[in-house]
Amino acid sequence: MRRSIRLGTVLAAGTLVLAACGGAGETGGGGGGKPASGANATAGVTDTSVVIGTHQPLTGPAAPGYSKISVGAKAVYSYINDAGGINGRKIDYRVEDDGYNPAKTVEVVKKLVLQDKVFAIVGGLGTPTHSKVIDYLNTEGVPDLLVSSGALMWDDPVKHPMTFGFQVDYTREGKIQGKYIKDNFGGKKVGDFFQNDDVGRDAQAGLDQFIKDQTVSRQGYDTANTDVGPQISALKSSGAEVVVCSCIPAFAALMILTAAKLGYHPQFVISSIGADPATLSGLLTQFAKQAGSTVDGNALLNGIIGTGYLPGVGMADDPWTTFFKKIHDKYIPGEAFTDTLVFGMAQAYTFAQALKLAGRDLTRQKVVDAMASGQIAGPGLIPFGFSKDSHSGYTGALVFKLDGKGKETVLRQPQVTDRGTGAVTAATGQRQTPDQVALVSG
Amino acid sequence: MGADTVTKPATRTTAQARRAIPPLLLHLGAAIIALVLVVALTLATDPFTNLRIATVGYYVLALAGLAVLTGMGGQISLGHGAFLFIGAYTVGLLVIHAPSLPIWADLIAAAVAGGIAGLLTGAAAARLHGPYLAGATLALAVGLPAITQRFPDFLGGSNGLSFTVNSEPAGLAVPSTRWQAWLVWLTVLIALVLLANIARGRLGRRMRSVRDDEVAASLAGIHVGRTKIVAFLISAACGGLAGGLQAFLLGTAAPGSFTPALSLSLLAALVLGGIGSLWGALWGALALVYFQAWAEDVSDALQLPTPVANNLPLALYGVILIVITFVAPHGIQGGLRRLGALAHRTRGGNR
Repeated sequence: MRRSIRLGTVLAAGTLVLAACGGAGETGGGGGGKPASGANATAGVTDTSVVIGTHQPLTGPAAPGYSKISVGAKAVYSYINDAGGINGRKIDYRVEDDGYNPAKTVEVVKKLVLQDKVFAIVGGLGTPTHSKVIDYLNTEGVPDLLVSSGALMWDDPVKHPMTFGFQVDYTREGKIQGKYIKDNFGGKKVGDFFQNDDVGRDAQAGLDQFIKDQTVSRQGYDTANTDVGPQISALKSSGAEVVVCSCIPAFAALMILTAAKLGYHPQFVISSIGADPATLSGLLTQFAKQAGSTVDGNALLNGIIGTGYLPGVGMADDPWTTFFKKIHDKYIPGEAFTDTLVFGMAQAYTFAQALKLAGRDLTRQKVVDAMASGQIAGPGLIPFGFSKDSHSGYTGALVFKLDGKGKETVLRQPQVTDRGTGAVTAATGQRQTPDQVALVSG
Repeated sequence: MGADTVTKPATRTTAQARRAIPPLLLHLGAAIIALVLVVALTLATDPFTNLRIATVGYYVLALAGLAVLTGMGGQISLGHGAFLFIGAYTVGLLVIHAPSLPIWADLIAAAVAGGIAGLLTGAAAARLHGPYLAGATLALAVGLPAITQRFPDFLGGSNGLSFTVNSEPAGLAVPSTRWQAWLVWLTVLIALVLLANIARGRLGRRMRSVRDDEVAASLAGIHVGRTKIVAFLISAACGGLAGGLQAFLLGTAAPGSFTPALSLSLLAALVLGGIGSLWGALWGALALVYFQAWAEDVSDALQLPTPVANNLPLALYGVILIVITFVAPHGIQGGLRRLGALAHRTRGGNR
């Protein structure tokens, strides 16, 4: 008995040693990293359709707000398909829920690539989530376009040639916020409220270039913990008169409610990822209701400063807002028309432009080349940074202020900058209207 | 429970024959057959199904560990996800910081790290009963992942760790998910052989007697506290190894993957599968992986409005759990065994 146990152990250990001789962290040698083969160049493409996929937080901590992005995107694809598709192909958009759980993201992205055989992943959402599949997608040669996150890592054409960003990155946005605060609130005490990952880290790298000496308190939050009382109390007791919030809508709303409860009324400056007035106002009302009180969501937003790079719902006379509103009214009239919805719509539109530019004879490499061609001028207020050497999305933002009625007033016209220490300058160049782009006839 | 079912008269001869074989050889044989089946299954299916098969594998191990603790040892744990967390981060950190170590060494380290955490938890938990024990272990599941915030540079903060595990021997030309499924199941089956032997042996008997009556057990000379701690140790080592396998499979370790919801769904899956048996772990793991996927496909196919479609899988899961608890209080495995016994009796009656 004893001996047979020992024998079994030795056998088992032997098998394992044989199974894996190389170091687990060493690259190369194994058969795992296969280069993209030519057979996959047209995966998901038929004469009449192209299959694309995305991973979105339809449930879980990031779902409030963000679950609507794919709804907006779907409406734009329906609009395009009803007008005959792109280059004769209809877009088949597959949305997988990852619940903002990185392990689930890896699973659903592999499902999209291996089982659904998607042509590309478009607008995969989140830094903690998407950072776990970026290597896989690039190894498999799957175009990974317009990532829904402002992290810097999407812009690395050498290491990740298939990956392209979409949003303005957090450092660029931090620089624009920092400069605005320095110019308009110079000498005032500033507090940071930030998400405890690269959202916060990259944003502060930008903010610190301008207002490091003004910053008196830095408070991080984790998405798993919805009690932000300690952080807001610390900001209050530090005497910060301006609070910069590098946070997602759910936590911007929690911050506003908690501050109101504590009788703390600083000037809030919220990043584009959280500064969607319609979504925020809805969340404020909902969270307050869950806590057993009623608030007027919009009134709480009065005076808040935000940054953005897309035409907001509050800019009713922008031709793109009008255009997206028309699609909204036709395809998803039941959904609230929010900036988050517009985000998904603008992203879908931008992808469709790249698809059109890639031509009828579609391959994965052609759509990547189209992205890098520098010819894509999306619905945004700011030019894209896409070129051969840069896979960076929007290169800047404008600064706006909310009133208590869901309207936005522009405080500073679109600014652009780089992700390093370059200057912040006014954006130049003429935006195209939807009619000038004329994606589909219809 | 598992191996100690009452033998029926009709099977006396085969049962006697089975008893003549040492349990270790019996379990090893079963494991080899299982491995052959898994390999055959992966060869017959596509790369994504291979990934699912591997996912079932590490869930089986996590649930088997929980079955030892809860079914055999009578202690409840609402915090098993914390041991998976420890295992996953152990593998992640070793792959990143000690790249020359082979994957099997990383996995052993994950099991050891999980075991140490289990030892500490067990030492504290052995004094606690019922809801107090549940509360203490739940606190572990809630609190431990937050440690990543304390050391954002080392543990990667909310983003966690991302790495590529190189394990495939050079010259072996199979899809990577197929190779991963093999390695996961090989590891899982080795661990299960050890667990099955523990269940059959002296330690298993001790655990069961402590579970059934602590006073009687201590009168019989069993050290109750020590037995409980050992149960925690074994269970947590399985959890750590399962977490390590998850990290190996997915190339990620992030706090968002180890929420309290994971710990709760593990326990629910075990109740669904059959809490006292290692077979229950298999049914539970299959339910965890496939039920969710099927429910999602169903809600997609039905074209339901988004808020309904998103919650349908969970709601269905809850309903099935309730139904199973009513129809077969010992889970799927208990139900199957009862069906088996029933079929046996009718057959015997006809003769």
